[in-house]
Amino acid sequence: MARVAQFDPHPVQGAATQSPLHHRAASKPSGDSRVTLVELAFLDHLVLRGEPQGLAASVQAVLGLELPVEPQRLVIGETGSLQWLSPDEWLLIVAAGEGFRLQRELREALGDSHFSIVDVSGGQTLLELGGERAIDVLMKSTVYDVDPRAFPIGKGVTSVFAKATAVIRRVGEERWELVVRRSFADYCLRWLLDAGEEYGIDYRPAKVAATTPRAAVADTETVS
Amino acid sequence: MSASQPCRLASNSGAGSQIDRDKPLSFTFNGKSYQGYAGDTLASALLANGVDVINRSFKYSRPRGVVAAGAEEPNAIVQLGASEAAQVPNVRATQQSLYDGLTARSTNGWPDAQRDMMGLVGKFGGPFMPVGFYYKTFKAPASMWRTYEKYIRKAAGLGRAPIESDPDIYDHLNRHCEVLVIGSGPAGLMSALVAAGSGVRVILCDEQPTFGGSLLDSGETIDGMAASEWASNAVERLAAMDNVTLLPRTTANGYFDHNFVTLHERRTEHLGDTAPTLDGRRQSRSRLHRVRTRHVVLASGAHERPLVYAGNDVPGNLVAGALSTYIRRYAVRPGQRLVLSTTNDHAYRAALDWQNAGGEVVAIADARANPDGELVERAKAAGIRIVTGSAVIEATADRKGHRVSGARIGAIDIEGFRVSGEVETLSCDTVATSGGYSPVVHLAAHTGVRPVWRDDILGFVPGQTASRVEGFSVVGAAAGLYPTGALLEDAVAQVVRALESDGIDAESVKIPDIETLREGSAVALYQVPHDKPTMRAPKQFVDLQNDVTAAAIELATKEGFESIEHVKRYTAMGFGTDQGKLGNINGMAIAARCLGQTIPQTGTTVFRPNYTPVNFGAIVGRHCRELFDPERYTAMHQWHIEHGAAFEDVGQWKRPWFYPQKRRDNADGEFESMHEAVMRECRAVREKVGVLDASTLGKIDIQGPDAREFLGRIYTNGWEKLAVGKARYGLMCKDDGMVMDDGVTTCLADNHFLMTTTTGGAAAILEWLEIWHQTEWPELEVYFTSVTDHWATLTLTGPEARNLLAELTDIDLDRDSFKFMEWREGAVAGVPARVYRISFTGELSFEVNVQANYAMQVWEALFAHGAKYGLTPYGTETMHVLRAEKGFIIVGQDTDGSMTPEDLGMHWCVGYNKPYPWIGKRALTRSDTRREDRKQLVGLKPLDAKVVLEEGAQIVLDPQQAIPMRMVGHVTSSYYSPTLDHGFALAVVKGGHKRMGERVYLPMPNGETHMAEVVGSIFYDPKGQRQNI
Amino acid sequence: MFHIYCPYCAEYREEEEFHPKGQAHIARPADPTASSDDAWGDYLFFRDNPRGVHHELWVHAVGCRKFFNITRDTRSYAILETYRMGEQPGVTAETATLAERDIERRTSDTATIQGVPS
Ligand SMILES: [Zn+2]
Repeated sequence: MARVAQFDPHPVQGAATQSPLHHRAASKPSGDSRVTLVELAFLDHLVLRGEPQGLAASVQAVLGLELPVEPQRLVIGETGSLQWLSPDEWLLIVAAGEGFRLQRELREALGDSHFSIVDVSGGQTLLELGGERAIDVLMKSTVYDVDPRAFPIGKGVTSVFAKATAVIRRVGEERWELVVRRSFADYCLRWLLDAGEEYGIDYRPAKVAATTPRAAVADTETVS
Repeated sequence: MSASQPCRLASNSGAGSQIDRDKPLSFTFNGKSYQGYAGDTLASALLANGVDVINRSFKYSRPRGVVAAGAEEPNAIVQLGASEAAQVPNVRATQQSLYDGLTARSTNGWPDAQRDMMGLVGKFGGPFMPVGFYYKTFKAPASMWRTYEKYIRKAAGLGRAPIESDPDIYDHLNRHCEVLVIGSGPAGLMSALVAAGSGVRVILCDEQPTFGGSLLDSGETIDGMAASEWASNAVERLAAMDNVTLLPRTTANGYFDHNFVTLHERRTEHLGDTAPTLDGRRQSRSRLHRVRTRHVVLASGAHERPLVYAGNDVPGNLVAGALSTYIRRYAVRPGQRLVLSTTNDHAYRAALDWQNAGGEVVAIADARANPDGELVERAKAAGIRIVTGSAVIEATADRKGHRVSGARIGAIDIEGFRVSGEVETLSCDTVATSGGYSPVVHLAAHTGVRPVWRDDILGFVPGQTASRVEGFSVVGAAAGLYPTGALLEDAVAQVVRALESDGIDAESVKIPDIETLREGSAVALYQVPHDKPTMRAPKQFVDLQNDVTAAAIELATKEGFESIEHVKRYTAMGFGTDQGKLGNINGMAIAARCLGQTIPQTGTTVFRPNYTPVNFGAIVGRHCRELFDPERYTAMHQWHIEHGAAFEDVGQWKRPWFYPQKRRDNADGEFESMHEAVMRECRAVREKVGVLDASTLGKIDIQGPDAREFLGRIYTNGWEKLAVGKARYGLMCKDDGMVMDDGVTTCLADNHFLMTTTTGGAAAILEWLEIWHQTEWPELEVYFTSVTDHWATLTLTGPEARNLLAELTDIDLDRDSFKFMEWREGAVAGVPARVYRISFTGELSFEVNVQANYAMQVWEALFAHGAKYGLTPYGTETMHVLRAEKGFIIVGQDTDGSMTPEDLGMHWCVGYNKPYPWIGKRALTRSDTRREDRKQLVGLKPLDAKVVLEEGAQIVLDPQQAIPMRMVGHVTSSYYSPTLDHGFALAVVKGGHKRMGERVYLPMPNGETHMAEVVGSIFYDPKGQRQNI
Repeated sequence: MFHIYCPYCAEYREEEEFHPKGQAHIARPADPTASSDDAWGDYLFFRDNPRGVHHELWVHAVGCRKFFNITRDTRSYAILETYRMGEQPGVTAETATLAERDIERRTSDTATIQGVPS
């Protein structure tokens, strides 16, 4: 008897896919933008839950990533990124179409232990915020201390963002990532464009992929 | 002096450190044009132009002029703005920087400042207008108060809000630092230098455009240079450090729990009525900094306290220090002949500055018998006449009351509160007074730290109480420490101690060399005695902004008000926009004297945020207009817009409410009414097929070996037997037995369920599951993850639903193999989907769930194939009508937190025999929840088929009874049904389940009474056959 | 605006990220059917409202989503400690009173001349 139902959401034959921000156009180029914003759409997002001691080895083996057990830590590797969300919750972001395969492999590796893996790819999107004044845009948006002195590269937090929430991660000297929920994405984008206006914000939408390749696994059967 | 600015000192005077004479500016006050200079405040520019009367007072409408030079100014409050949209009320002229084209008006004085109506009341009614005048005079009849109040407010009001939309933008900035220094006088600058040197993040803010505070008009020498030069050197050093943020024109307005401080930065208010663009881009006019800091260093300084004497409100009466400020910073000497009345040495500086600036000092009345400090010596050496043991007991005014004409000085007996000798009248146009200094304790008071009185400095300082917050230091004059050398040393020590408490080593800091003046001690004097008793003497004002007099306070104490808080409320002392910064201490001292108490016994009132008024824009920030509140969109939102949907707010979600179409019978392209659209959509679902965007339903993925057990504890009904592939409706109660949410939960696999919640309940239910798991049942192995946004849900419903879906899917939709309350997986329009056969309309329904990024592909495919089946998109209103016809409840509409499952007639959904005492079970056995006369859900059928009862209408059994009638329930849902062709309603009625067939009445506010019959709550297809075709 | 140390995130976070959930350490009776109506009513509805030390349940709602406890002084709003579910408080009304008497002794001179409450 199957314990957990797995589901590959991606079509076998390509289907039109729409990011939560598909209706928003790029900003007019201004030449002196000091903030850049781009949507990194259609990545696969998985929420991984369990006790760290039970997960770490399998995560390392399957994903090639160290399971961050220290609060607020973000680990980035070839497979993707893995972020601590709570003592028993992590956010895994990998390339489009990879999520289902990795989920199967993780489930196989983890066997009978108690854990959960949930695909949330359709429910959130990733925005990359960059530029010398990105920090000011963030200070207008979140109560969290984003001062580089307090927020080193490789840190990620879930906090208040305007009147919504977001996962905020620092991935480079002046590069930040925001994970926002699909339904709030339009609000968050409008907020960011407004907050960035005085610094000249350059927004580039995601490239719309006509099709999304499906992972090699063809069945959508449940596995045990 | 220039003719156009008669009170401006010549450029060769050396005065005017803040103004730039090469940048003349024009401005308008009360319609008249004037000239000033860049760097002026509106107050200094008005004084330079010899404008004495700036306002009429609040209650008595007396002419008033500038009294002070900073935030404490009570009188010079103006209305700013040339255009309607740019109007700003309650601007302190002393803090408003001048800009070219500035337009200001007096705040008070209706119908106009010159001939104002209230002036008559003030002039002739004056003696008859005692404290409590409004309460007493306009009290009766009570119904007329509103009428009186309207005119009193209009006549006496403090400015007006614009009636046009504000063209400016405002914003918030969240800041974090280790040390926030509030105030940039000597103590603040020194504190910032020490903190900054240690490398921690420092914010230094000051409400003035230039850092330096009192150093800007001090005659002292620090480290061998002029005090102002030392200050600008210090600021330069701070500005060069990247761990320091300097915020001039920024007022710390509120000090909240755990060292959270709000700073109000006026970014462009010195540049124009509206914010100019910067590099072609909009910038915020003002900004609220929300600062969280480890340490607050309060260096807010002190306000000079004026004396209270007769005629002290006539223009030309100022606090002594303001003279030095106007002369030294702005090169303005606002008069010719000065009489100074003081209780201390420090105020002598004003007289010396006045004389140096070419004015005549007629006399200094010193309340002390033997003043002997160095400044006193200097005044004597300068040939100034000093009258000891005396004070100005009254300032006289010119005929119009527009300017001081003289000062009556007399020997006084402070102890006996009487004039003890001859009174001499001196001719002068300016009276300056100083009764000492009041440390600015306001921000400290915001945290609950109560001020304590210190007799040695004659002022309140922030108290050292048990509740005083960690990481809070008070330095300099704010702590009652005045000599510059001593306060610098103290500031260094306090900041070093604060840093050390965090384990941070502060660099050793050299304390600057200062020549210290020998100062004589001050004497305590607040109200100056007059040769007549207070009640009969000319008015002696305590609170100038609210027109509260010494006599009013005396009267309040005689009328039995003994608590200073009661005196404050009775007299309105300190209730103005200035919060009584100048007057409160004097008021307390007067109350204390009248009550025969000491000031500590009388106590002080406390202060609350904000320290000075903050404009609404800054409080709102960017959370306005289209960003006022988040709008949540589903994956099909753009389609809904393009197809003309009207939207309904459900929580933060925008849901299509109905889709009005162009009316076929109307050539003008008129759209259907809501009623018409809903009737059409209802018929489409009942007769053909409709589609609803149901993506907003809350969805929670539940995994773990104990998932099933957990569901059994949380829901009222049983889950042990729910097989994989099947779904079940579930009801959730709180532990008080009242229904809190409902939804369908599906068994995806043995250890895997998908719970749906109401749209509005999604976040709360996830938290509800977590709180029970984390606090009561941590041993259960289960995890919950929100997937609300991940899945888009397309509900296809109606007799043609199967035929349409069959064209798009590989799932076997046969009614016997894919049964009601089951789910299947397959492709729909090429997209992997989970399809649930559940129904909220009573019709054959399929809920198609796909990953949200693919939802539009499926939605559009449905319409591509749907035309021949009459596919119609429908909104939440149609959904409501259809579900109500079936008697399906909506939690939060048909329930209100006081309905049990049985009240709703849903005992079929309660598993009394489940082994675990599930949430709500125990409460359902309490006698109260077993009562038979509880309000119960029933159907109502109006006797008049055309009537649609009002939701919320009260129900009575006997319409003839006297008012107030005994109400037995109310309507919860009510609609017109096109299927039944009559109105119908759901309602809660006491004992309703046993009232089937009875008649009830609904009296309406318009006098009409509707009649209805109590019926079962299922109006349509009671056997449930239609969902099973 | 509180500044709250989340024992799971191991750092101070702003109040906006948290929800208060009432008094802490309210255990649901193990056998509700055995508890009287009065006892059940007490469990459901009756809560302490002390002036001073109070143990409260909070959740880091916009963060790690974990529930935890706060010991807070309801007079000063000072947070005396935060601790995880299942743990017991280190500061109680009894231990706090002892510490406080000490402070009060030191501030008693000023206490008599503080302003009156409004
Ligand atoms: Zn946390």
